[in-house]
Amino acid sequence: MLINLLVVNPFLDNLLKVLSLVGLMTISAMSLIYLERKIAARFHMRLGPTRTGPAGLLQSVADALKLLGKEDIRPKSADPWSFELAPYFVFIPAFMMLVTVPFTLLLNVQMFTLGLLYLIAISSVSIVGWVMAGWGSDNRYALIGALRAAAQGISYELPLVLAVLCIAMLSQSLNLNVIIESQSTLPNILFQPFPLFLFFTAALAEMNRSPFDIPVGESEVVGGPFVEYSGIRWSMFFLAEYTTLLVMSILIVALFLGGWAWPFGENLGTFWQIMLTLLKTSFVIFIIFWTRVSIPRMRIDQLMNFCWKVLIPLAFLQIFFNGFILVLELPKILLSISSIGLLALLVVIVNKSIQNLNKEIVS
Amino acid sequence: MTDIKKEIETQEILVNMGPQHPSTHGVFRMVLSIDGELITDLTAHIGYLHRGAEKLCETMDYRQGIGFMDRTEYLANFNAELSYVMAVEKLMNMEIPERAQWIRMILVELNRLSSHFMFVGAFGVDCGVFGTPFLYSFRERERLIDLFEEITGDRMMYAFFRAGGLAWDVPVNFESRVEEVLLSSEQGIKDMDGLLTQNEIFLARTKQIGKIDAIDAIDWGMSGPSLRASGVDYDIRKAEPYLFYDQIDFDVITGKNGDVFDRYFVRLQEMRESIKIIKQCLKHLNPGKTLAEGASRNLRTPPGEVYIRTEAPRGEYGIYLVSNGENRPYRLKIRSAGFSNLQALKDMVVGSYIADAVVILGSIDIVLGEVDR
Repeated sequence: MLINLLVVNPFLDNLLKVLSLVGLMTISAMSLIYLERKIAARFHMRLGPTRTGPAGLLQSVADALKLLGKEDIRPKSADPWSFELAPYFVFIPAFMMLVTVPFTLLLNVQMFTLGLLYLIAISSVSIVGWVMAGWGSDNRYALIGALRAAAQGISYELPLVLAVLCIAMLSQSLNLNVIIESQSTLPNILFQPFPLFLFFTAALAEMNRSPFDIPVGESEVVGGPFVEYSGIRWSMFFLAEYTTLLVMSILIVALFLGGWAWPFGENLGTFWQIMLTLLKTSFVIFIIFWTRVSIPRMRIDQLMNFCWKVLIPLAFLQIFFNGFILVLELPKILLSISSIGLLALLVVIVNKSIQNLNKEIVS
Repeated sequence: MTDIKKEIETQEILVNMGPQHPSTHGVFRMVLSIDGELITDLTAHIGYLHRGAEKLCETMDYRQGIGFMDRTEYLANFNAELSYVMAVEKLMNMEIPERAQWIRMILVELNRLSSHFMFVGAFGVDCGVFGTPFLYSFRERERLIDLFEEITGDRMMYAFFRAGGLAWDVPVNFESRVEEVLLSSEQGIKDMDGLLTQNEIFLARTKQIGKIDAIDAIDWGMSGPSLRASGVDYDIRKAEPYLFYDQIDFDVITGKNGDVFDRYFVRLQEMRESIKIIKQCLKHLNPGKTLAEGASRNLRTPPGEVYIRTEAPRGEYGIYLVSNGENRPYRLKIRSAGFSNLQALKDMVVGSYIADAVVILGSIDIVLGEVDR
């Protein structure tokens, strides 16, 4: 492989790897934007972009060029430091997350022993950028959006970490490759469907995607912290958003769907491992797009209630069950049963709360 | 530590929502005082779309005024035209051919359908769905508008009703086309049910939000679906039947709580009723004349005054017309449903969340052209 041949000079090697990450980031973001537009268009029974290039393939390129050519405007009353720096605080963590993403067994920049912890820690740094952007813009929509982002980001960090903890308990490691290898026969989704739901929900909230796109809600706060941004700075936020989408999807694949290992084991060639990862990731991304076009946005108080009163207690229950089953070395099927039970409990709770809304109506 | 409250003052901030805001349905502006996410006060500013339609109508003859009705209520043009031409007809004491009346009824109900489709779609966007209900409902609206275009030659500004009947007769394939469109509309309403009515997040977002009880709603002068959602069984089509509504069997849909969900659901059910009405109307459609004898192009009404009101998609659309015997109105006043319904906005919004303000405003279903005139 090309990447292996390059191990001549550790510095050069790492530099090349990081540079290729920049390329990956741009290309993946551009293709994801194109795909999202096309997929959303299919759901809407429209065509989506068709004019730029064959089937509109060059639409993202055209958009990128347009954004590059735009004037970089800073409002007069904006705080120069936080306004100018905010895009980097969002962009750099997204970039740093890519470092330890497990594309295949060999193909990654650096696989840390505590990789999972690193990813979770880095992913939450971007909230600082959001708040800076909102505060620095001196715009009330931006401020509301930033505060919403902070509240939401910090709250949903917890279910995210708890879901990751469930998996770490199962595979006894925080190294992503070890976690994936442990799933080479059976993926974690079979044992831990509830943490998958937990992680998926929390990841949506982390990425501020529908139905948790409250901080950027178009119809309420008109784009939230990014109202005042234009041109290249705005596109950096956009780039970060789609990179996070890619990383989170790969993470879901790695943690729950067996990454590159399941179902063909470790001896598959690097090429096919990449294909497998990409296939699964595309599936997850498709589901995220699907959610976006089909359900309404939640309200901030409902979001908080859902997190603190429903998701976190249930997550702790799952951790308790996992610990109990793993320490006593009970059969693994109990893990699945407990997890499915918790999922059922969640459905019951949601149904009940919707019914309560009706009950108030009658009285 | 003890004096934290003194050191950190909290302060309500003013948020200016509109006139350039994606979800104010036109150029409407509301100034919200917010305490965190809660709204403590609201000031609504209207008038950005004021074009002086009433005054303009006084300067031109009755025939030209029809076009202005289209431009005030631009989502339910036939309904607006109907009130106007009925007012002129009443002044003239005209006999309208039966066929023209039935066609008017069909067109008015079709227009109610298209207007409500617009509402449901826009409401979905207000609730934060990325366009799907919007485009689904617009597809249905597009079919209705295509039909209107086939009949009148225009997609929005029809100017098809005349004092005394219709501008011309409908095409020969009118009935089959209407049935075709109704079929797809029925499916469209079902789609909306699936996309919104049965969605848990949608229910959580709309139920118990923006409540207004029947007495308040009446006091504010609300009308139409927004009033019926509060449980008031009042529909001008039933209360004072005009055209041939007394010969048609349909139900008046009412809600229970006057919350956002009820206002949405009443409209959705009303669309089904409209389809019912149109189907019955089609049976009564016999060949005949569509313009009354002696309805000259340039009418000269006898002196007098008249108030005509009809049930438009948004509620009572009334025309107060004073004539001094000339070929144009001496005074024309439009009583628009949107204007009155909008007055209740503050009552509904104060105390709810920012996100709710958008949804509540959407549920009133205003058309700024009609509010500001």
